[in-house]
Amino acid sequence: METAKDNMKTRELAGKIILGFCFFSVAFSIISLAIILGDAIIDGLPYFDLQFITSYPSRFPEKAGILAALAGSLWIVVLTALFSFPLGVSAAIYLEEYAEHNRINRLINLNIANLAGVPSIVYGILGLGLFVDGLRLGRSVLAGALTMTLLILPVIIIASRESIRSIPREYREGAYALGATKWEVTRDIVFPQAFPGILTGTILALSRAIGEAAPMLAIAALVYVRFVPSGPLDRFTVMPIQIYNWVNLPQAEFRGLAAAGILVLLVVLLSMNFVAVYIRNKHQVRM
Amino acid sequence: MKSNKIKIEEFNHWYGDNHVLKNINMDIKPNIVTAIMGPSGCGKSTLLRSINRINDLIPISRTSGSIYIDGENIFQENMDVYELRKRVGMVFQKPNPFPMSIYDNIAYAPKLHGVSTKDQLDKIVKDSLRGAALWDEVKDRLEDSAFGLSGGQQQRLCIARALSINPDIILMDEPCSALDPIATTKIEALMRELKEKYTVILVTHNLQQAARVSEMTAFMYLGEMMEFDNTRDIFENPSNTLTENYITGKFG
Repeated sequence: METAKDNMKTRELAGKIILGFCFFSVAFSIISLAIILGDAIIDGLPYFDLQFITSYPSRFPEKAGILAALAGSLWIVVLTALFSFPLGVSAAIYLEEYAEHNRINRLINLNIANLAGVPSIVYGILGLGLFVDGLRLGRSVLAGALTMTLLILPVIIIASRESIRSIPREYREGAYALGATKWEVTRDIVFPQAFPGILTGTILALSRAIGEAAPMLAIAALVYVRFVPSGPLDRFTVMPIQIYNWVNLPQAEFRGLAAAGILVLLVVLLSMNFVAVYIRNKHQVRM
Repeated sequence: MKSNKIKIEEFNHWYGDNHVLKNINMDIKPNIVTAIMGPSGCGKSTLLRSINRINDLIPISRTSGSIYIDGENIFQENMDVYELRKRVGMVFQKPNPFPMSIYDNIAYAPKLHGVSTKDQLDKIVKDSLRGAALWDEVKDRLEDSAFGLSGGQQQRLCIARALSINPDIILMDEPCSALDPIATTKIEALMRELKEKYTVILVTHNLQQAARVSEMTAFMYLGEMMEFDNTRDIFENPSNTLTENYITGKFG
């Protein structure tokens, strides 16, 4: 018969095994990330300088730079943010605060979750048909930004809804009890409190958008670009496409350039994530 | 005899299929504290929340019967619920100040309802905080966040906020249950002051509190109004056995 001590040992052992597995998972993730980063840094750092950021691509690796793609990516991110934020937040507010709980709305909710999982190339093809051809926008920054808006909209809606839903009922009831209308409660109580979560979700969605190659390739279809877009109707390219192009060129130096491009992309990504975390922390401390 | 401020007539409430208020009849007089007590689940909070129709926010709510305030049925077809909530203020169980400054918390409702000049708002903030016995404690820090106040102070802030739009009736849903005894005493003293100008209806779990502060007390059980009488009569000489068992602590 098992003693109390044996029983305790078995139970503790089970906990330790699981803990070990969790620790291993974390270590595996961090080490993998470190290897990828380390590789990029080792290969790319020699090419990562001011000349790289301010030059256009070239047949000659020593003259090549990422300026066109960097400018294109920034154009896309800014325009996408301008379109997706109001649309996503308004949709989330409507779905959380105003929509009734009926079958049609349950269907809408289910489909938003599905849309978030649709492969990005599908959005690329949709954008090609709808924006490039349908709205006659051509292969422009505007068409690219609208396509990316569609891509990240479900993610923004879901994150915003989570944030809105997390606001306790008591705050809303306090405002209703003072004679506020539903819109006033949404504007004065719900939205200001949900805003940090909404903003964080939006920035994270945008940082995914900046790394998407497939849909941008479908829209832009350009790989060798030697200009910076000067308006939303100009053609463009983005960093992932430029990096991909370099990786496929025969000369070995271009691989280093690709790594440097990855570093630039990572810097932009990390900056965006840093801003998101900063905003979230600042608001949590205040409340 | 004073006329009734609030007349509740054959009032029923359902949450979906759940019949939580059964044929409630109750006349509430002005300028007194009326306490509603009863064990958990008896419907006292639901009844209170019907008076300012804040149950409307819950989609599966359904009612029948009437509640008359100053002779007007608040459940009639074209009733303006926002006007109603200007006349009937509410204080909740857990203090729920807005995440704004003390000043903005009080100024919020008057601004919504049209007060715009700074002088008017300043006056309303001062009068409301005075009315809630909080002015002296916060007058030098009106711009500070409301979250910096203690629990008892936050609840008095919520009372001041309810007073800011000059209601006739103040509904209090177990306002002291989240507070320590000292804060509770302060709020009970406040209730005695408030009834001079307002009609106060208090839902409480605390029998002694009902006995301390109210003139009339109602006892509810499983959705029904079992007894409604002068506080002294209910506590010293209840006519209903159930009431007597509740008061003597045999259940609840």
